[in-house]
Amino acid sequence: MNRPIRKVAVLAALLFFALLANITYFPLFRADALVNDPANRRVRDAQFAQDRGAILVGSTPIASSVPDKGVFAYQRVYADGPMWAPVTGYYSYEFGRTGLEQNYNAELAGTSDSQFLTRLMDTLSGRHRQGATVITTLNAKAQKAAWDALGSMQGAVVALNYRTGAVLAMVSKPSYDPNRLASVDLTKASDAWTSLNDATGSPMSNRATQEIYPPGSTFKLVTAAAALENGMSPETQVDAPVRLKLPGTNTYLPNEVNCGGTRISLIQAFAVSCNTAYANVGLGLGADKLRAQADAFGFGKPLGLGFTSAASHFPVSPNEPETAMSAIGQYDVAASPLQMAVVAAGIANDGVVMQPYLVQEVRSPSLQVLESTTPKKLSQAMTAQHAQEEQRMMQAVVTSGTGTKAQVPGVTIGGKTGTAQTIPSRPPYAWFVGYAQQPDVAIAVFIESVNIPRNDIAGGALAGPVFAAVVKALQ
Amino acid sequence: MTASRAGVGAPDDTVVVYRKRRNVELFMDLVAVSIGLGGWALIGLDQNGTIPGDWPWVVGLWTGMALAVHIAIRIRLPYADPLLLPLVLTVNGLGLAMIHRIDLIPDPVFHDATTQLVWTGLGMALFIATLFVLNDPRELQRFPYLLFLAGLALLLLPLVPGLGTTSGGSTIWIHLGPFSFQPAEAAKVVLTIAFAGYLVDHSEVLSKVGRRVLGLQLPRVRDLGPIVVMWLASLAVLVFENDLGTSMLFFGLFVMMLYVATELPVWPVLGALLMTLGAWAGYAFTYHVKVRVDAWLHPFNNVDQNYQIIQAEYGLAWGGLTGRGWGLGRPGLTPLAKSDFISAAIGEELGVIGLMAVVMLYALIVSRGLRISLTTDDPFEKLLAAGLSFVFALQVFAIIGGVTRLLPLTGLTTPFMSQGGSSMVINWMIIAILLVVSHQARRPRRPEAPVTQRGFVADFASDDTAVILP
Repeated sequence: MNRPIRKVAVLAALLFFALLANITYFPLFRADALVNDPANRRVRDAQFAQDRGAILVGSTPIASSVPDKGVFAYQRVYADGPMWAPVTGYYSYEFGRTGLEQNYNAELAGTSDSQFLTRLMDTLSGRHRQGATVITTLNAKAQKAAWDALGSMQGAVVALNYRTGAVLAMVSKPSYDPNRLASVDLTKASDAWTSLNDATGSPMSNRATQEIYPPGSTFKLVTAAAALENGMSPETQVDAPVRLKLPGTNTYLPNEVNCGGTRISLIQAFAVSCNTAYANVGLGLGADKLRAQADAFGFGKPLGLGFTSAASHFPVSPNEPETAMSAIGQYDVAASPLQMAVVAAGIANDGVVMQPYLVQEVRSPSLQVLESTTPKKLSQAMTAQHAQEEQRMMQAVVTSGTGTKAQVPGVTIGGKTGTAQTIPSRPPYAWFVGYAQQPDVAIAVFIESVNIPRNDIAGGALAGPVFAAVVKALQ
Repeated sequence: MTASRAGVGAPDDTVVVYRKRRNVELFMDLVAVSIGLGGWALIGLDQNGTIPGDWPWVVGLWTGMALAVHIAIRIRLPYADPLLLPLVLTVNGLGLAMIHRIDLIPDPVFHDATTQLVWTGLGMALFIATLFVLNDPRELQRFPYLLFLAGLALLLLPLVPGLGTTSGGSTIWIHLGPFSFQPAEAAKVVLTIAFAGYLVDHSEVLSKVGRRVLGLQLPRVRDLGPIVVMWLASLAVLVFENDLGTSMLFFGLFVMMLYVATELPVWPVLGALLMTLGAWAGYAFTYHVKVRVDAWLHPFNNVDQNYQIIQAEYGLAWGGLTGRGWGLGRPGLTPLAKSDFISAAIGEELGVIGLMAVVMLYALIVSRGLRISLTTDDPFEKLLAAGLSFVFALQVFAIIGGVTRLLPLTGLTTPFMSQGGSSMVINWMIIAILLVVSHQARRPRRPEAPVTQRGFVADFASDDTAVILP
């Protein structure tokens, strides 16, 4: 009987081997996903009670953890919560986390791979674990200026350093106070969640980066770039009829402004935001070239490096009338304010599009740099020469066109105004997208809901001053 | 070194004497006891920063209990395997400490560890009683049919209306007044003894008669009777008690013993086929098995229904490689952390490393058991020891594999660790039987019948130190 007993022994050994192999496989392949599962209460409770790292603007914390005597050892606190909410997001027990709290969760909690050594030392020396500090690229003055300039209007402002892509300001209105959601009093947090979700104007949506809207005439920045890249110059004469019959339809596209003639230069049409001229340019280029230019500026994919952002959209296969409408930023074109700021930044940076980023550095509690962001080139959207030609066109908008309200004395500024209609019953969106030289900044101002006439002059009059305010703050 | 007690070529008056190694056992026992007590002290240190105030009592009690068992072995089984008891004491101590740790979670705290300690004491008492009552394991060989019926009755006892209770979808518990009991635990021992007795008598018939097809020796149709009966009993457990684990455990045990007795590979082949058929039928026709399989493959598809296994997964993941530290995890979030999911609690607080150590302890227990089976030369004792060891291995595999999602979860107990009296007592008896067999095999005696199998000599030689007395 010994022979079969030996075989049984081998079988038993295999059973135990299978157990050990499975238990080995577990931490190697399965544990990470399980630990990061927000439904994992063990991790959530432990993290929520933890001394989380701060989020800094300059050297001022906009999010930090302070000791608490309740069930959880620490309470997350946000300074100027509503103003910074689109940046920090919130950190709640029951409702997950958003913004940098989510994107840099591992670093803030001290669980990222780069903090392995720190963690080991803390464990060995019995020190309590502290999360790393996240240092943003933001500029407090620019943020405050944008926040104040928007006043009670709904909308968003994004400002970028166009040389690097560093985000200098990110404002979204209406906003909310993340302190309410982060409360260790879970009932209060839950009430806040309900009331914020029911509130009008959806205060928790991040209009700056995570929502997309019709860009209206500001999309002419892309159409003009495509025109220049495809052989036209600012002086090229284009047809600008009073109203344009859309090919294959009986619909007419009217001009909302006096274009100053029916045959005008590209730069003239740009400065006064002449719809029929740019619809014609778009028809001449065709949808493929427009889309290629839009994609070169970053449409079609999330742009943010290390933060959450929505992908902007150019229609997939528009017919001719749809192409004409798309060329002036109507029909199905939709972009986030972040995307439009990136378009302006790419032109201002001589065609080099830098990827926007929000975090400069991550530092351990002992001030050691754990991670640091190096500016990253997204694409060369146009040649430097064409970019400079377009800069001239943008400057014409501000000096003598629809965007004079964006002027700042002593600063070279270029931009493009826009209004976009969605549905007739709803007020139009107002845009101003532009750049300044010294301070080198590209800014998109988006105003969602105000009662103004449906034309670009009105849009420029509303959004232009917000732009100017941010530029002044950065001077 | 190549000495044998019934010497191939050895002179007839040679007597082999194994070293007793009782002092080794004593030393290992004390190590084992200190592991359990160390864990217990660690829990106090991790939770409150101090060793619990009652530690002299606990240390004294647990050491005393271990010594009592050790002394009983010294008196009755001086030649028994010296490692089995320390291994069991380690696992038992770890289990008690873990139950105590989980007791401390609710406010006010529970005292289940005390109850479990009483059951352990009862298990040890029965262990000692077995040592004194059972002089020769072959006494157990006498009533295979009676034991078989008794075993089947125990197995099917939870189906008696008013007696059985259903928990977690399975009906494997019975309740008598305040006591609950898993009769399958007792059936495990009774049926192993019955199988061993039956197969020793019938192995000749079962193995020598029949046709050969495709290189496999087929049994006669009428000899298929026992395996069919056992298969049907297992199916009944599966269908009516809804427990795939218990069903597989008994059928696997029976097939394995049949194979060892007859040495015919056809039995495991046939057994595997029937088992697959049964498992498939269970999956296809019973709701419960399907639920268990789905919970195993895609637990996150139904978060509410699979709450327990998901919590266990979270706990294991949170424990990671080295664990949270004893007393520093949150095993209480997993329902039944003291019983079915105690290995998940170990994994959470002692880490993957701790859980692997526990699995290795079980593997060592099984290997000692199988070694005893190889050492003895009585066929009944061989079958008995192999069967008890293998069913132990299957049980550990099924429950720990279920908790770690290697297999669908079944409601089996984790031997010596899970909270529960029946399992504790029965497992101590299994160890007692193994040690009695071991003592019989290793004690010096005059050679009886010559044994000529080559493998036998090799086994024997590999067992550390045999001394030949003239």
